[in-house]
Amino acid sequence: MNTGHMRWGFIVLIGFGLLAPVAGIYPTFLMKCWCFALFACAFNLLLGYTGLLSFGHAAFLSVAAYVTGHAIRSWGFGPEWGILAGTLSAGALGYVFGSLAIRRAGIYFAMITLALAQMLYFVWLQMKFTGGEDGLQGVPRGALFGVIDLSNNTNLYYLVFVIFLAGFSLIHRVIHSPFGQVLQAIRENEPRAISLGYDVDRYKLVVFVLSAALSGLAGATKTLVFQLASLTDAHWHMSGEVVLMTLLGGLGTVFGPVVGAFVIIGLQNQLADKVGSWVQVIMGLIFVICVLIFRRGIVGELGRLLKRPL
Amino acid sequence: MKKKLMFMAIAAAFLGMAAVVPAQQAKLSGGVVKIGILTDLSGLYSDLSGQGSLVAARMAIDDFLKQEKNPFKIELVSADHQNKGDVASNKAREWFERDGVDMIGDLVTSSTALAVMPVAKEMNRVTIVNGAASTNITGKACTDLNVHYAYDTFALAIGTGRAVVKQGGDSWFFLTADYAFGHSLEKDTSDVVTAMGGKVLGAVRHPFPGTDFSSFLLKAQASGAKVIGLANAGTDTTNSIKQAAEFGITPKQSLAGLLMFITDVHSLSLKTAGGMYLTEGFYWDFSDATRAWSKRFFDQHKRMPTMVQAGIYSSTMHYLKAVKDAGTDEAKAVVRKMKDTPVNDFFAQNGRIREDGRLLHDFYLLQVKTPAESKGPWDYYHVRQVIPAADAAIPAAKSECPLLKK
Repeated sequence: MNTGHMRWGFIVLIGFGLLAPVAGIYPTFLMKCWCFALFACAFNLLLGYTGLLSFGHAAFLSVAAYVTGHAIRSWGFGPEWGILAGTLSAGALGYVFGSLAIRRAGIYFAMITLALAQMLYFVWLQMKFTGGEDGLQGVPRGALFGVIDLSNNTNLYYLVFVIFLAGFSLIHRVIHSPFGQVLQAIRENEPRAISLGYDVDRYKLVVFVLSAALSGLAGATKTLVFQLASLTDAHWHMSGEVVLMTLLGGLGTVFGPVVGAFVIIGLQNQLADKVGSWVQVIMGLIFVICVLIFRRGIVGELGRLLKRPL
Repeated sequence: MKKKLMFMAIAAAFLGMAAVVPAQQAKLSGGVVKIGILTDLSGLYSDLSGQGSLVAARMAIDDFLKQEKNPFKIELVSADHQNKGDVASNKAREWFERDGVDMIGDLVTSSTALAVMPVAKEMNRVTIVNGAASTNITGKACTDLNVHYAYDTFALAIGTGRAVVKQGGDSWFFLTADYAFGHSLEKDTSDVVTAMGGKVLGAVRHPFPGTDFSSFLLKAQASGAKVIGLANAGTDTTNSIKQAAEFGITPKQSLAGLLMFITDVHSLSLKTAGGMYLTEGFYWDFSDATRAWSKRFFDQHKRMPTMVQAGIYSSTMHYLKAVKDAGTDEAKAVVRKMKDTPVNDFFAQNGRIREDGRLLHDFYLLQVKTPAESKGPWDYYHVRQVIPAADAAIPAAKSECPLLKK
């Protein structure tokens, strides 16, 4: 396989990540983008490479956000342990949701994940420690390993970027491993994968848990950046937004979700002051246009022009 | 002759300048006082805050510059937080870090206020909450750089609860939104009702947000309680009021809105809302001073001010005066000055900002007029009772705010 263009993609990505804050782009905005980029990549692993459309991924983002926030704020965890706790809890939740949901396919799969995520939303609304609709605020950023002060934006930025890169590389590794090849086989033709002797349910469950845990990693990191976890993370809008990011960037492409996340977050940021809640309508329009005109997404179309998968 | 006049004028101008210059120049970050109004410009709460909040803030700045003869430059910025805590905290951080905003005002809905306050504390800037209602803002989550100006749920729920029992409404049934806010509103109010010798016959929880309240309202009707307390907010409240009217529950049983604004009454119309009790921290038709200011506001905004919008004007003015008197826009010094200076204007008489940041001022128990009683547009309330400032706030001894424990 020709991986030269992939390498270039990585170089551009890392170069951009390292230089963007120096070039004067507002770091907190960038951190938000990286968190959502990781979230979208994790989602893409499931939808783009395994063909499973989960409509409840907000659940994993939110469980990690709340657990991390609570662990750091109330139990005095360091940021690294907080993020770990959040990621693990999202993975565990992914196991529970996944075991139930993979018994069905297609629209039923999507509906089961949506239903479970909605149940979780109401759990968060009722629980004491989440602060209900007020959210969980005032999470201290603390110091990484007790040494690196994270209240400094530059330090935190590079931590977030490293976390993103780690998650992103892991996903890239998974996709190009034999395991990933089996996933793509399942996506293309599930009965055939079964007839070849693969335990498809097992593969689906593993990738579901992996995707949930990585979404959790994104949610946990986001809590650290904004120092709060709120119901927005758990709302089904969030599950829809991540679908939009992935589709807009390019389903089943490595870099697509990253581009999609930057475009969507950037638009929301730019438009929030000007049009307020109309942002939702504009996002809907973009979705329609994307589906009608360039179904492969930004990176997907680019890859087609270059005749190379990106 | 002309030359002489000109000379005199110039001399006078110089003298004037000389008189101004020695008056201590305020030390300002970035050479300007920058005020950010973070509010709901397009959603559910844009009626009670929104554009009207911006109008009020702009009025306060203009009036201040006129009264004090342009002591320093003031800039106003605004943004829509869409009632989301994360959007609000994001914007606040950006304003503080990048744009040098000194004070953020309004913050309607508690999640946004509670999200912005710790950020402001960390960056040493001021927050003045007008729109949000949670008692946590000056309770568990209080900071020494925050002022909670217009109202909180304690004042509204307790005020209404106590006063309604006194007026003879001694048996209650609650219609409660099933989440933390609704529960706390129900609990606070029932405590007061029972303490005053009234009886709570029961409560029913409706999902949040709700649209169909019929089964809940029928339960409330069957309870036979004299008063149905609405422990919910926003569209939940207005919808339950409308449906209560359709079921003929009112006027046989009366409704008590525990969190309502004049804009809610305006959109419900007096026909549906007439007879209800509610509490507000400001009513435009209360005194000559409130009428005068509200008329000016009405000329610009075409609607009468809510207590939030009136609070924005009053608090922005109080803040700017504190900046001038403290000679700096450094947060700690300004808030200290604000707490040391009593507030005396159309909004509050002898108002005092307590250490936890809560402005202590009078509240009004109001009854909504029936269409026959109303004499004109926006003539909506009878003022039934003035609730003194001391009764309208959580007593210092019971507060969860560590700043009051000193």
